[in-house]
Amino acid sequence: MTRSDAQALIRSLRSAYAATPKNLKIIDLYLAFSVSSALIQVIYMAMVGSFPFNSFLSGVLSCVGTAVLAVCLRIQLNKENKEFKDLAPERAFADFVLCNLVLHLVIINFLG
Amino acid sequence: MMTSGSPAAGGSLRHAFGGVLSFFILVLIGVLAFSIRLFSVIKYESVIHEFDPYFNYRVTQFLTKKGIYDFWNWFDDRTWYPLGRVIGGTVYPGLTLTAGTMWWLANSLNIPLSVETVCVFTAPIFSAFASWAAYLLTKEVKGPGAGLTAAALLAMVPSYISRSVAGSYDNEAVAIFALVNTFYLYVKTLNTGSLFYATLNAISYFYMVCSWGGYTFIINLIPMHVLLCIVTGRYSSRLYIAYAPLVVLGTLLAALVPVVGFNAVMTSEHFASFLVFIILHVVALVHYIKGILSPRMFKVAVTLVLSVGIVLCFAAVAILIAVVAASPTKGWSGRSLSLLDPTYASKYIPIIASVSEHQPPTWPSYFMDINVLAFLVPAGIIACFLPLSDASSFAVLYIVTSVYFSGVMVRLMLVLAPAACIMSGIALSEAFGALTGSIKFQLLASSDPQDNAGDATPVSVLPENGKAKIDKAEETTKERGPSKKNKKKEKDVVEKASVSHRPENRRAEKKLRALPIESSVMGILLLVLLGAFYVIHCVWAAAEAYSAPSIVLTSRTHDGLHVFDDFREAYAWLSHNTEVDDKVASCYRRQQYLEQHTYCNCWYAMSSPEKAAWEIFNSLDVKYVFVIFGGLVGYPSDDINKFLWMVRIGGGVFPHIKEPDYLRDGNYRIDSMATPTMLNSLMYKLSYYRFVETDGKGFDRVRRTEIGKKNFKLTHFEEVFTTHHWMVRIYKLKTPRNRIRGKAKKSKSKATTSSGSTISPKTKKNPWQ
Repeated sequence: MTRSDAQALIRSLRSAYAATPKNLKIIDLYLAFSVSSALIQVIYMAMVGSFPFNSFLSGVLSCVGTAVLAVCLRIQLNKENKEFKDLAPERAFADFVLCNLVLHLVIINFLG
Repeated sequence: MMTSGSPAAGGSLRHAFGGVLSFFILVLIGVLAFSIRLFSVIKYESVIHEFDPYFNYRVTQFLTKKGIYDFWNWFDDRTWYPLGRVIGGTVYPGLTLTAGTMWWLANSLNIPLSVETVCVFTAPIFSAFASWAAYLLTKEVKGPGAGLTAAALLAMVPSYISRSVAGSYDNEAVAIFALVNTFYLYVKTLNTGSLFYATLNAISYFYMVCSWGGYTFIINLIPMHVLLCIVTGRYSSRLYIAYAPLVVLGTLLAALVPVVGFNAVMTSEHFASFLVFIILHVVALVHYIKGILSPRMFKVAVTLVLSVGIVLCFAAVAILIAVVAASPTKGWSGRSLSLLDPTYASKYIPIIASVSEHQPPTWPSYFMDINVLAFLVPAGIIACFLPLSDASSFAVLYIVTSVYFSGVMVRLMLVLAPAACIMSGIALSEAFGALTGSIKFQLLASSDPQDNAGDATPVSVLPENGKAKIDKAEETTKERGPSKKNKKKEKDVVEKASVSHRPENRRAEKKLRALPIESSVMGILLLVLLGAFYVIHCVWAAAEAYSAPSIVLTSRTHDGLHVFDDFREAYAWLSHNTEVDDKVASCYRRQQYLEQHTYCNCWYAMSSPEKAAWEIFNSLDVKYVFVIFGGLVGYPSDDINKFLWMVRIGGGVFPHIKEPDYLRDGNYRIDSMATPTMLNSLMYKLSYYRFVETDGKGFDRVRRTEIGKKNFKLTHFEEVFTTHHWMVRIYKLKTPRNRIRGKAKKSKSKATTSSGSTISPKTKKNPWQ
């Protein structure tokens, strides 16, 4: 396990990722934002305590939920996925919006 | 629907015809499911049976009268007297909200249905919906033919009928529909990979959480299936879309229901879903990286990750184990523990163990409850493996886990019923498909002389008939049909393996797969006969075994039908002769009609001697005691027979009630060999007071002996009512005497408080002897 191996690995990862289309990169950025937002909330909870618990849960789960849904959207929009080649991107986005609506309705109800 | 060899237009016409036929068949199945549950309404009247449904009915009445905000905040001081019960927080609201919505809908359309009617008929309506959901689920697993068969089987299966008969207004009535629906939407998402169905799946899961505590079955079965798919190498992005949104949305929605609340994230029942969620993300990430890297680079990445990751993994797992081990039951609730370890409840929680539905089932009850399906299920399991898909692996996992749980508790036979119907539907449909296919092939071949469709049963393939038997041995002597079918199935697997790389052998394969026409016809006839037996059994079970409202008992003697209406006689007396606020004590739940009274279950009071029991009842403000006694007519489920549970439960709470005090040689006896503690207990006295007057000897028909203590008087209770067959006896607490002769001092002569003061301080007796 040498250093050059690790460097080669990182280089190939970077080059492979640079080849992804732009819309997928935007989704990845949104994903990174959601996950970091969840992490910040967890760290805050560790510092301040978990009361009221339902607010903490709904905050964290909303970030995790939007991340998961973004991953689902990315899967459906990725051209390399043979299973979804006849799914229209508008339909994928509409499903994504619907699921997010339901998620946020529940979140707002649970936020307390 | 098979459209072999027709031109395209004819094919689409056939498809359309098949679609319309399916629709009408489904309508008929719905009507069947609804009507087979109406026997008790036709025979007796439209009433609510048993205790739990009556409690749900009361809650629904409150909901319809007061509205939903008061319902959520309701504290009921009449159930679980004297503690009361927080209804909003401890009741699964799905059933009551569903019935309330249906009532409101009907009334807003100006159809004047009463709440009772809606409640009585909720279960049959939802069983029709459950059949349709089973059709959809099986269609996703195998095809529309299997779907229709499964729906027809589920409409009639006795185990489901027993919990959803008209009048049985209990959680399972809607919960089974929610269960099958959730599974259908999960399998649909798995097959199509559509996020829309994933959303619907989460909403259906929410409805299931609202309805029944059995939702933990879903939230553990689906992760198990995901893990199975990952482990068997069937990971795909559809699996991710099917599972990950369900976990997040499902946990949030489950936390919304007040009964579940934070248990959705804190109890061990849900940990499996989170664990599999993490595992799925790891697998998805690995899959993605593998897709974008070259194979050599991927190997490098794997070695790097493994060396670093294993250390982190160990640390995380160690922390998790430490946290879980810190709680006494390792985070599992009592109910789940009693499912995993069947002996848990009898050791630690006698009140759970005492309910007869929580006992393991006997073998005959399998045949009674799912009948013919019991031996069609193995055939269905084999059919699911040919070919194996994600959906059929889910069906197999469902049947295996539900068979295990049904072996733990009779009540969970209900969860087995849909699984058994799905499997049997698949088996029957495949069998019919094979037989009709051979008939069709033989007819075509005989009209075409060049193709000699020879005898199709090579003797070289020995069938391993162990599990795959469609067993009809008890019906007929012609065994050739089924055993040939088994040979055909085994041959199928062998043939498919060997001829898969020789496509020109397809005709030969078809020739080999076809059975002779006589055995095919005979096979079809025998299968139809099997179905007929199933239908006869189901209708009999629905009419005789599961439709008794348990309030009116009937028995057939040589001079006709004898009706024991003692319960209603007693309830009528109570409603005419007692005040609304009077409290009535009784053992177990007999209080269907005591809506004006509160009821208190006093296990320990019944095991105590008369005076101590009087004090306990007085402290709880009880005025009447209600005893069920079957000794005169031979009614076996009376209170004396349940006495052993009272002693056990009471002994669990009050250690001075010791079970051995009531036993003689390890048996409960009420005859002359009974222990003095038993003969002095309130249960004995209230059951057998004046019993000697009936036949002079006091012969108890249920226990089949003469009673031990025959002539005794009651000092603290007086008998106010005994029904015609002595089945219900009502006693009233005597008020304490104003003047106590002899013992007490003058200042205590006006004592009207508890008679504990009559015990003089010098001779302090043990109150339990």
